[in-house]
Parts: sequence; structure tokens; C-alpha cells
Amino acid sequence: MNAGRLKDGRQRSPVSMVTMLLLALLWTLPTLGLLVTSFRSRDDALTSGWWSAIINPFGTSWTFGNYTEVFERADMGNAFLNGIVVAVPATVIPIMFAAFAAYAFTFLQFRFKETLFIIIVAVMVVPIHVAFQPLLNLFGPNGLGISGQYLAVWLLHTGFGMPLCIYVLRNYMSTLPYSVVESARIDGCSNFQIFWKLVAPMAMPAMAAFATLQFLWVWNDLLIAKLFLSNDNTTVIVKLQQLLGTQGQGAELLTAGAFISMVLPMIVFFALQNFLVRGMTSGAVKG
Amino acid sequence: MSTTSSTPPVGEEVPQAPSDEGPGGAGNVGPSDAALQPAKLVIGVLGIAVSVWLIGNLFLAFAWYPQWFFDSKLLMGALGLVVGVGGAAVLFWFLNMAIEALPRRLEHGVMPYAFLLPGFSLIGLMLLFPTVQTIHYSFANRDSTAYVDPLWANFSSLFASSAFWSAMFNNLLWIAIVPAITVALGVVVAVLADKLSSSSEKWSKSFIFMPMAISFVAASAIWLTTVYGYRPPGEPQTAALNAIWVNWFGQDPASWLDIDTARLNSILLMVILIWLQTGFAMVLLSSAIKGVPEDTLEAARIDGASEWQIFWQVIIPQIWGTIVTVFITVLILVMKVFDIVYVLTNGRNNTDVIANMFFREMFTNRDAGRATALIVVLLVAIIPILIYQVRDFRKQEAMR
Repeated sequence: MNAGRLKDGRQRSPVSMVTMLLLALLWTLPTLGLLVTSFRSRDDALTSGWWSAIINPFGTSWTFGNYTEVFERADMGNAFLNGIVVAVPATVIPIMFAAFAAYAFTFLQFRFKETLFIIIVAVMVVPIHVAFQPLLNLFGPNGLGISGQYLAVWLLHTGFGMPLCIYVLRNYMSTLPYSVVESARIDGCSNFQIFWKLVAPMAMPAMAAFATLQFLWVWNDLLIAKLFLSNDNTTVIVKLQQLLGTQGQGAELLTAGAFISMVLPMIVFFALQNFLVRGMTSGAVKG
Repeated sequence: MSTTSSTPPVGEEVPQAPSDEGPGGAGNVGPSDAALQPAKLVIGVLGIAVSVWLIGNLFLAFAWYPQWFFDSKLLMGALGLVVGVGGAAVLFWFLNMAIEALPRRLEHGVMPYAFLLPGFSLIGLMLLFPTVQTIHYSFANRDSTAYVDPLWANFSSLFASSAFWSAMFNNLLWIAIVPAITVALGVVVAVLADKLSSSSEKWSKSFIFMPMAISFVAASAIWLTTVYGYRPPGEPQTAALNAIWVNWFGQDPASWLDIDTARLNSILLMVILIWLQTGFAMVLLSSAIKGVPEDTLEAARIDGASEWQIFWQVIIPQIWGTIVTVFITVLILVMKVFDIVYVLTNGRNNTDVIANMFFREMFTNRDAGRATALIVVLLVAIIPILIYQVRDFRKQEAMR
């Protein structure tokens, strides 16, 4: 009776099962191939394809050599630290500023409210490239003199993440029960107290959703890091881009470098996948 | 929320009329609330000034005097985080205090703008001011010191160069191919996954979603190593495409990313982006498909519709809004595609795109005039999408 049916009574679909299995495999194989190659010795990787190491794992000479090399020769350890120092403040700080703005947009009445929010919606689409030349001048030696330092990149990511963060938080806050805020106001709470004690804790899921997205963006960003960080302060992604430029000698370091650059985002991805999905479904467009 | 008067009760201020003020009024806690409180105002304003000064200088000190922090990156990162977040909280606390000290009516009028001010200042500094400045620079010379003559010289020299049109053409190709295929794949995967048992659905979706976490640069490294790599004839081919090409079809190995016949190399680069973005499309479309009411499907089945008809005539119309959203999101991403092109070909062999050309003009050629002119072109191209987004937002707000 139950044959050919799923637990919830739907018809089992062999076509979807096979196709999805193939698709999942196709989507995973390139990454798996890279992972496997990063643990193979240079000679091995040059004489046979990565698939042969998967098919015949005992016929390959496995090694950690690429990883130790990439840390020594490409300064990966320092770059990894830079990546964290850049990404964590650049992920958290915009949330503070955006949350207050989102609170005002959701729970306060004022003139030009709609116009101001439309500016947010519009600015989300503007490509961040508009900012580079003017801000290179502003942050450069003839301006503030902070180009090359973490501060420049923190500021940039905070500014670029702001419209999206306000948008996501405001959309979430407008689903919160207004009566709670209202009764707190009647009890004489100030707006700051209402925000801090009531709205901010309730908006935590949206903040986590934005933070997950923003962390992945900041960590994976190439352009801003390349333009605004000095070589000593630069991130893993920029180091990886430099490795991609090297041909021949040192090419085997590329795979290890790529995998190092993926470790942290992967952990964040698998640990916070639900928040990531929530962030995306709440309208995450970024210019 | 098209006009203030038609605003639904959500977000309505409770006591706003002047009659609510004075002792015994609805929202009043004490009589002191109604009048100006000079002491509180002074403390608040001083607090704002001091906290802005302190935060600003501390952050500048990270950049100017790293030796004060023992050149320790971790210390600067941790301090940056704590001072950034804590400082922002303190700043808003003082802001709130200063505004509360104002008379009731003023307080209600000013508070919203005070809460918006820090966020909007950042947007103004990082996005609005630079946009104006970029447009301004696009009429100026290579180091932005004087206007060019004629004013549109940067644009006319761009429009006269074949490199620009080649990059434009490639951008159009990316726009025509990537969003459509990504959405189509996303729909297919979402529909198929919906027919699996819940645990296999979760797993298979996770695998397809995973590339979302991978940077464009790492994805380029992955595809170059495992799929597109090239080794000279006679040597073993270690990347999949050439291995198949050589061993199964008996051809000479090809350097795939150098072949611009029918823009093959550009299309191969697009595959990487599609691989990265399908998961995003799938996630949004999958949740839309799950939102399609079961009874609409049931009704169609009773009327004798085939699964194929149900898909096209019942499911697709109901998830159309999400399809458009995903399409636009990927479209915006594709219009400014840079990383993949830059790291794999840097525009060689007819693979150039506008954003890569911009980077070359700005970084390699150090010509700010031409670089910003390219961005103005990009900006103009994005205006229709911007208008669409704003309209769509208004429509959604009206339905709230």
C-alpha cells in the first residue's frame, strides 16, 4: 500500500531523485576536486587528474606540504588574521547604526518618511563602484590619510552595507506587534529604552540574518580590499588573487590557498544557513 | 503607504495633538516632560560631542599611530569592534537624552531625524556624495584637477574606442544569458527538490546552495584547477574539460579561456557565476513554491490538468513575483561583474567587461576621468532597474 509513496503520502518521484542526485553531485564535484588537489603533492597533481585521486585514493601521495608552503611563502596566516579583523567589525558596526534608523522608520511618524525610505531602496541598487575614485581621494594621503588601513575598509563596508541593513531590519520590525511598543510608551519609556529593551531583542533574528550575509560579503570581497588595504593589511581573498596570477612555480599553492579562503565562510554557511536563507528571502539586493 | 494620510495604524504616534500635553494628558508621566530641560539638554549635547570626538579620534589613531596599540592587529580589531558598537550605543543614548530635554512637541518632531542621522550620514558620505563626485570627475582630466575640453571628451573618447564597445557587448551577453539561466535552473531545482522526501530535499538543496559561501576568486580558482585548466599537448591533462576533450574525443588540448570563437571564453566564465548563484535562486523560488496553496493545485487536478499544465498555468503565475525578484537581483550582480573576469582573463581575448575596464583605467592607467566616465555609463544603465525597484517597493507598501 505504501510502496512508491513518501512518508507524508506524496508519490515518490524517481526522475526527481536521480536528477537531483546528479545536480547535487555536479555542484559539489568542482569544490571536492579542489579540496583533493590541495592535499596532493605537486608531482602527483601534474601527472594525473584530481578524479584519479578520488577513484584510487591509495595510489596518490597525500601531503600537507601545500598548506605549510602557502602559510610560509604567501603570508597566508597574516592575511587570515587581517580577514577576521576586517570582517568582524565591518559586519557588526553597521547593524548598530541601521537598527536605530529602522526603528525610526517603523515606529515613529515624521515628514518625508516615505521619501527618505525610497532613497534607501534606490541606493541599494547603486553600484558601489561609484564610491571608489572619490573615496580613494578622500581617504588617500592628500585627504584623511587612512587609505591602506583597516579603518578605511571598515568605513566603506559600514556605509555600503547600511542601506540593505536598514531595509532588512525595517521590514522585519514592521512585522513586530505594535501594541507592545505602544504600551511601553504609555508606561513612560523613552524611545531609546523601547529600542534597547524591546525592539532590538525582538529583531535579533533579522540582525543575525543580515550579519550572516554581510560577513560573507566582506570576507569574500576582492575589490574594496585590493583598493583600500596595504599589502601588510590585506585579506586572504587578495592573496588568493595574487596566487592566481602566478603560473608554473608555486601554482600548487593555489589550491591550498583557495581552500583556506573558504574555510571560515563555509563554517558560517553551515552553522547559520537558516539565518542566511532568512536574510535572502527578506529582499537582499546589494549594489 | 503612498501618502501620510492613508497610512495604516501601524506606526501611528499615540499622543501627538497638543491637547494631550499638560498634566493628566494621555501619554504623560510627569509635568517636567512638557517643558524644556536645559541641564539635560546641555549634558546630552556635550555627550554627543565628546563621544563623536572620542570615537573619531580613536579610530583615526588605529590608522595613524598603530604603534600605540603595540601594532597588534587583534587588539585593534577587538577595540574597533567594541568601540564601534559601544560608541554607537553611547552616541544614540546621548542623542536621545538631548532630544528628550526639548519641549514635548519639538521632541516628537526631532527624534525620528536624530535616529536617522548617523545612518544617513554614513550613506551620504559613502554613497551619495561619491555618486555626485564621480559624475563630476567624469568631466575632468586624468587626475581630476581640471575639466576636459570639451566637457564630454572622456565620453566621446570612450564611445569612439572599440574596446569599450567590445566590453559593452560582453556585458550585454552576460545580462542576456546569466540571469535567465540562473532563474531557470533555480526553478527546475526548486520544483524537483519539492518532490523529494524532506531529508533528501534538505541535503540536496544544501549542496547546491553551498557555492553561495564561496568567493568569486575562490570559485575562479576552483574552476580553473578542476575544469578549465590547460596543459600542453603530450602532458597529462589534469582538468576535466581537456581530459574529456583529449581522451574521449581524441582532440588536441585546448586553452579554453583563450578561445573567443562565439565568445566561448566569456560563456565559460558565465558558467562559474551561474554555478555560484543557482543556490540563491533555488532558495527563494523554493520558498515561493512551498507558498503556493495546495487547493489551487488540487482544483487544477480535479479539472483534469496534467502536471505539465499545472506547472505552467498554476505554479508559475503564482511564483512570478519571486521569479522577477531573483532575476533583478542576479541582473544587478551581473551588470557589475568583475572578480571572475579580472582574475581569470583580465579581459584578454575579448572577455573584457565594463567593471574590469573601469578597474584597469583607474588602477593601471591611473586615468580618473575615463574610469569615472565608465561608472557613469554603468549608473545610467542601472537607472531603469532603480525605477523598477522603487515602483515595486511602493506597490508592496500599498498592499501592506
